[in-house]
Order: sequence, then structure tokens, then C-alpha cells
Amino acid sequence: MSDTKPYRIAIVGTGPSGMYSLAHLIEERNLNVEVDLYERLPTPWGLVRSGVAPDHPEKKWVVDRQFDYFFKRPEVRFFGNTEVGTHVSVEELSDWYDGVIYAVGASSDTKMNVPGEDLPGCWAAREFVSWYNGHPDYRDFGFDLSHERAVIIGNGNVALDVARILTLPESELRKTDIADHTIEAVGNGNLKEVVILGRRGHMQGAFNNPELEELEHIEGVEVLIEGSELPPEDEPVDENAEWEAKRKLATLQRLKKRKMPEAEKRIILHFLASPLEVLGDGKVEKLRVVRNELIDGRAVATDDITEIDTGLVLRAIGYRGYPFPGLPFDDSRGVIANDGIGRITDGDTPVPGAYVTGWIKRGPRGIIGSNKRCSRDTVRCWLEDVEAGKLTTASKTGEEVYAIIKERQPELVERPEWLKIDHSERVAGRQQDRPRVKYTVVDDMLKIAHGD
Amino acid sequence: MPYVITAPCVADYSCVEICPVNCISPGPDEKGFNDAEQMYINPDECISCSACVEACPVLAIYESDCLPKKYQHYADINRDYFKQPDIIQLKAVSK
Repeated sequence: MSDTKPYRIAIVGTGPSGMYSLAHLIEERNLNVEVDLYERLPTPWGLVRSGVAPDHPEKKWVVDRQFDYFFKRPEVRFFGNTEVGTHVSVEELSDWYDGVIYAVGASSDTKMNVPGEDLPGCWAAREFVSWYNGHPDYRDFGFDLSHERAVIIGNGNVALDVARILTLPESELRKTDIADHTIEAVGNGNLKEVVILGRRGHMQGAFNNPELEELEHIEGVEVLIEGSELPPEDEPVDENAEWEAKRKLATLQRLKKRKMPEAEKRIILHFLASPLEVLGDGKVEKLRVVRNELIDGRAVATDDITEIDTGLVLRAIGYRGYPFPGLPFDDSRGVIANDGIGRITDGDTPVPGAYVTGWIKRGPRGIIGSNKRCSRDTVRCWLEDVEAGKLTTASKTGEEVYAIIKERQPELVERPEWLKIDHSERVAGRQQDRPRVKYTVVDDMLKIAHGD
Repeated sequence: MPYVITAPCVADYSCVEICPVNCISPGPDEKGFNDAEQMYINPDECISCSACVEACPVLAIYESDCLPKKYQHYADINRDYFKQPDIIQLKAVSK
């Protein structure tokens, strides 16, 4: 295929699943491709930039050591600050390219469905994460950190990320690329305690082991375990338990033994408890909670109900895909309707030339690299369809597409402009011994991108 | 000394792809990959060639006697992973 006209592919979204799709296209032997990357923001990398916790800088090395290698190839173009649905339509992409891969992620979240959930002070952890990571859409979210206690619903990795950010010493936050507005808010706040509610028991925690083990190393933060009685350390563990769950139990036992009388802050891992109602007069003041029992692995509510004083409730019970205009949506799963491998489907019929990958294909589970296999499978679908002659040919050349995009979005951010933003953020970071200081306002990014 | 995968692992399986003796699990087509917290190196099969160290996009791989202090316990974690009774069997199937 190498001597023929290149195949022209559009990838919508430049988070991990989009970038792994790009990698698989570029690495495919004997395939001649040109790829245009569409990104709504002026900045690439999706949740690596706006999701990964700022105190996990090593995870972000995946950008420099993996994504950027493909991103800077001459056959790849970055169309940043360009929104599908605003500057270009789904129909146009389908017409202009030999294949379109939607890698738009999960931009919504699961609700608790309890009364009072809409009170000010009750948020999605996803929103809080986007805020502390400086995502422009969330910078003006006014999180009130004046109360001494925050409660997080759900105990997955997002919950633990948020708990760490809320309790880390300011000096630690200042070493990271966390948004300045968050350092200020945490510094001015009064938070002393973060309660993490888990519906089920200590053997069913949703957190991963590395994230749980990190709690052993936060300076000045005590970790308490409540709601669930841990077995003594010398007691043999249930042989049927998963290996990962046994490792978590050992960590919880170490955390329980650890004594930190000097600690000023604490994180409470509260198992076997569910939210019933958010209470307050005009804002969150209390959370009503029911104790659960574990019956056959399921959490069953008891009649033991308590109230927790708090000013901030963050639900962290899962991200959820949001319908993408112009594409069929599977509302029950919260994903773009697809065949389970990578083709977008309308009913039982594949939508020709339209593919999907990442969280918006398989739901919000897994970590950065889980998307690599997901994107491999999606790219394979496209290759199979090309081989089978199922696709129509791109109607426009790269030059023609560029002319249209540039006309519709004069403030297009391409790779050279992104590099200016990137460089400027890194320089600002160097002056403060931080990896970077992020721009959090799109106009500020564009000034740098298009300035001299 | 065998190599050891530590906490920063993001389950980008570049290490699995490059390993000349196929001693890293779970690969992308093994059961359990989708929910894997990280990859693990079998210390009894590792030939210490260090190919995975360079391939790792987040520099999560260290020689077992040079582990950073906070990751000391990962030598045991990598070893223990392969003590699960069904792991070897699964690997055999996926080969």
C-alpha cells in the first residue's frame, strides 16, 4: 500500500486513546497515512493533562516518551482549538476522510440520585479534578473549602487522588503543576478531614494498590479505617480472595497500625456506607449516611443512619460518556453505540468510516495504557474495512481540508503554536521549580500561541 | 538481577512487546488486562537484558537491587503476582 495515495484519517480527541490510535496507524507496516488530530482545546493530551493527579508527574512522562514521538511526525497535523460540531461537522469529516476515529472520552459522570444532590457544595469529583488541573472550562468553579470536613462518595482512584490533593501540605502542592487557583484555595481553606465513603467492605475497595499505598507516605496526614473491622494480621486471608484484594488488605492493616499523633489532617476510609441525602439550607451542611451490610458480596442498607457535618460533597462513583452530536449514543452504557471492537453502529449496522476508541467506546474503566489495546482493536477494524473495500474514498486533499479549517477557525492552534504554549508554561515552571505553570484561560493560551 | 515494575506503571505494555523472553504479564490479549493495575516481571524468567527499561514510557522499571526506597516492596509484588495458580496457565494459553 506504500506507493499509493496516502489514506487520510481524522482522529477526534488527543487524549490517550486518540494518541494510541495515532501510534498504531503510524506503526502499521506498509501503510501510508496522513492523520489530522482534532482537539477542542488549544492544548493536547486530554486527561493526561487534565485528569492525572499533579503529584503523579511520572505518569505524564508518557507524553514525552510515547505520544510526542508520533505527534511530531510530518504526516500528522494538529488542529487545536477546533471543535467538531462547531467548526466542522461529523458529516463533513465522514466525507473528507478515509476514516474517522472518535476518541472524545467520558465528559460526564454518574449521579448519586439522592435528594439534595443539587445543593451548592455538592459536586462531581470529575469537576474538582478538572479544576485543580487547570482545565479552562472549570477554572471558575468556586469550590468552598472553608469547612473542616469534605466527604467523597466512592473509593476509586479518583477519590484517592482528590483526598491527597485536599490534604497534601501546601509545600508539596507547590512542587507540582497544579493550578495556582487551587493552591490558593486549599491554602485559604480550613480542611482538616476527608471522609471517603465506600458502599462495600474493605475487601471490595475500588482503589488500585499503588494509589492506596501512597496514603502511607503523605506527610502529616493520618489515615483511619472505619465502618469495617479488619481481620488480625496473623489470621489467614480468605484463599478465594483475588491477589490484588489481599495486597490491599495488607496495606489497610499497615495503615491501621500506623500511629501519627502529631498529624494535623486525616483521611478516613469509611467502608460499608452509602449516602442517603444531602442536607442544608441553601448549601451543603450535612450528609445523611446509612450503614450497609455485606450480603453475598452485595451492599445492603441497614436501618443504622447517621449524619456527617460537611461543607463539600464530591461524588466519585464513575465517569460517564456524554452523547456526541451527530453520532448514535448507547444511553444505557453511556458510550457512542459501537460493535464492541471499534466500529460505530446505528442499530446493528456499522456507520461507514466511523470508529470509536477509549472511554467513549468501552466505558470509563482502566488506566492510561488500557487504551492502547482498545485503540489497537479500533485501528484493526478500520484496516479490515479498508481491505474489504467497505469504505468510500476521502473527498478532499489535505490542502483542501486545511484551507477550510483555517478559514473557519482563524485562531487554529497547530503544533508550532502548541509548542509556544508548552514552552511558555515550562519556562514559568522552571522559575518556580515546578514542571510547568499551566495557562487556565483559553484567551491567554491563544495570545501566546499567536503572539510574536 | 531481575528487573521490577513499580507503581508509576500505566499498563502501556511496550515492555511486554519488547521482552525477548516473554516474561512480562498481563499482555494485551491475556485475561485480566483490561482491569490490570500494572504489568509484572517474572523474576525467575527475566534475563536482565534491560530492554524494557528503555521501552517503558513512564520509567517505572528498575533493577531489583536498585529500587527507590518507596518501591522496595515491588520486588516481592512482581514475584508474588506469578505465584497466583492461574497465571502461568493463562500465559501458556495466550502464547
